[in-house]
Amino acid sequence: MLRYLINRLLQGVIVMIVLFTLTFFLVKALPGSPFKTEKAIPEHIQARMNAYYGLDQPLPVQFAKRATNILKGDFGSSLRLEGREVTEIIGQAFPVSLQLGLVAITLAIFVGVPLGVIAAWKKNSILDYSTMAIAMTGICLPSFVIGPILADRFGQKWEILPAMGWSNLNPLFWILPSITLGLGSAAYLSRLTRAGMLDTLSQDFVRTARAKGVSQKNILIRHCLRGGLTPAVAYIGPAFAGIISGSLVIESVFALPGLGTHFIKAIETGDEPVLTGIVLLFGILIILANFATDILGYWLNPRLRS
Amino acid sequence: MIRSFYLFALILVLSACQKETLVEKANRDGIFLIGNSAEPKSLDHQMVTGVPESKIIGAIFEGLVADHPSDDAATPPGAAASWTHNEDLTEWTFKLQPDGRWSDGAPVTAHDFVFSYHRMLSPALAAPYVEMLYFIDQAAEFNREQITDFEKVGVKALDDFTLLIKLKEPVPFLPSLTRHYTWFPVPRHIVLQFGEMTDRFTSWSKTGNIVGNGPFRLTEWRFHDVIEVERNPHYWDAKNVGLNGIRFYPIENPYTEARAYRAGQLHTTYMLPPDLIKDVRKNEKESLRQEPYVGTTFVRLNTTRPGLSDPRVRQAFSLTINRADYCNYITEGYEPTKSFTPKMGSYLADPVLEFNPEKARQLLADAGYPGGKDFPRYSILISKASARAGAEALQAMWREHLGILIDIESKDWGSYITAQQTLDFDMASAGWIGDYLDPTTFLNMWTKGNGNNNTGWSNEKFEQLLSQAAQQADPDERFRIMKEAEAILLNEQPILPISWYVRNYLLRPEVKGWHPLLLDNHPWKNISLDAN
Repeated sequence: MLRYLINRLLQGVIVMIVLFTLTFFLVKALPGSPFKTEKAIPEHIQARMNAYYGLDQPLPVQFAKRATNILKGDFGSSLRLEGREVTEIIGQAFPVSLQLGLVAITLAIFVGVPLGVIAAWKKNSILDYSTMAIAMTGICLPSFVIGPILADRFGQKWEILPAMGWSNLNPLFWILPSITLGLGSAAYLSRLTRAGMLDTLSQDFVRTARAKGVSQKNILIRHCLRGGLTPAVAYIGPAFAGIISGSLVIESVFALPGLGTHFIKAIETGDEPVLTGIVLLFGILIILANFATDILGYWLNPRLRS
Repeated sequence: MIRSFYLFALILVLSACQKETLVEKANRDGIFLIGNSAEPKSLDHQMVTGVPESKIIGAIFEGLVADHPSDDAATPPGAAASWTHNEDLTEWTFKLQPDGRWSDGAPVTAHDFVFSYHRMLSPALAAPYVEMLYFIDQAAEFNREQITDFEKVGVKALDDFTLLIKLKEPVPFLPSLTRHYTWFPVPRHIVLQFGEMTDRFTSWSKTGNIVGNGPFRLTEWRFHDVIEVERNPHYWDAKNVGLNGIRFYPIENPYTEARAYRAGQLHTTYMLPPDLIKDVRKNEKESLRQEPYVGTTFVRLNTTRPGLSDPRVRQAFSLTINRADYCNYITEGYEPTKSFTPKMGSYLADPVLEFNPEKARQLLADAGYPGGKDFPRYSILISKASARAGAEALQAMWREHLGILIDIESKDWGSYITAQQTLDFDMASAGWIGDYLDPTTFLNMWTKGNGNNNTGWSNEKFEQLLSQAAQQADPDERFRIMKEAEAILLNEQPILPISWYVRNYLLRPEVKGWHPLLLDNHPWKNISLDAN
């Protein structure tokens, strides 16, 4: 187990180095400068700005400087939102993305998993078909369709939930964005759970349990759930990381102060410090999520441990 | 645990019924809720260039002259109580408000203004919008490091409350110009408390530190969420401020903004997407606002390209744009241009732009491309997705009337700007918004070497006329010369003007003191909310 952990850690470090290098050089390869605006900034001012941020130096020098600073924990300041530290930007936006992601994934689990179990239990019944039809629709409908529809109905027409905005404390603001964000995952989870449960339900030990007169409820929850959830769990880890990093559309539809907006803007404007900061953060998240999934998988499935 | 989760969720949904919308509550509290498009870069007004920033800055700071709530030409007193000028309009003396105060209670003095212009013009600060101050005598020289002694620059504090501004040339519109945020003062005592004068981005302009001389003061700034200001008790005209506070929401998605408005979360929107206008006109007519805004949409041509270097070809392209149709079907509510500079004050250039395909075909044939034959395959550059419909309309018009097929090329914002600045394009869809109410903000950009020209075109006579106008103190004569200059631009057509901007947005009827303004700078202090 220890060897596995060390292995994983080393892999993670290498991934981060590669991520940083790629991000740095890809952004620098983009045409234009972060200081290009529609109304031209005088050339002598642009030259000053470039010198101020060290952008007038050769690329390898810039790269070496950035790498040393990052190792020292200094991520620099944004070029688009000049004067703002990268850590300050991420520090404000990440909690929102994280909170939204947590609510969404919780919602996805508590909706998706039971639906999958029910569908597997009542296999080939109306209940199964209708749940899976809904799930399929949920997977197919993109969030930029669901989000505006929800905001339009609940926010604008019936005026029972806020149509946009965010509040850390008021859960009313979380409902529509997290439903929008979690719906696709919920649908996918329900299908994965159904498949996993069906697989487990068809095994010999279930037949034995049935023969012994164990109740249907006990078979489902005590005997099958753990095994049936394995595929779903393998999905949840990466899905969580994806939900946090991929909430751009939801942020735009509900005007949320999350990371996704900074992410896209940083690419559009060649804001390398912010982009690097966010990419590294997402890198860590995805590595951690995969790691957690592995551990959970081990716990759920004894066969993996050997 | 599972059961309690579902119970919690159910309670949440049931309790979710909002009893009162945000707007209804804000009406009672006197808080104005506005959609403000994008997250501001900074509130240090010497370091920014954007419109969303200008709205917030206009609440926290005030220039020498204030905006009038309904009259574009009027110049009510702001930080200055009165002003006089010499005969040829090159020396202006401003008497500051005797009880002008920063929001921390310190007096606003002429020294603050001198410090502000010194800071902005200092090369080390690298202020992006510094050219707005180049009207001041020796300002450009100081900023470009041709002189190093700021004493030589035309700004002096004659005493604590008297400011003298010497200009390079006569500027009859100087009072109107000082309403632009680049001319606002910064609080010397606060800037120096957080760093040196020329330090870029210290914490002086952050929440808790920033101090302004405007009707409101900053109380909260949550990135990409909201910026809140409250009434500034130290403001010299505090008794006439109608609101208790303003909340600026940086909502970039215009559809989200429109939904928020309809859901009772905003008093006004920053914009309204053209495709929602018909519906709003039908269902909420009292909310729809369509008002002229000093801006022009146009196509920029690269006049160094074969074919496009011939004025006859450029005219042919212009003559085949059906501007009325374009405005009817593409930019809902915009006005078809007849010249480039929009009408401002008594200035309106001669209406020469017309739709005349026959004449266009003749010109094209004269230039050696009869029926579009052998004309190079060019493309029109766009960046925003919203520009595509317009580009497609132009493509169709030119194909139908000239037999020329133009491709549409879409680039990301950075590449789009770079391509134009390096003349690496054929045609580009573009727009220009004026900075102040004088034709120079639309005409000076077409001079040789100007960073916003980007057409490869220049014309000696045009530039001669502009410098002649700049020396002219008589306003009527000045405008006459400028019209002559604009006629050259419109005859040569390095650009194809298409439409004059109209600002489409939503505004609730309970907002009082809000009137159409060409620059869209509504003085916040004159706005109030009618709670009934």
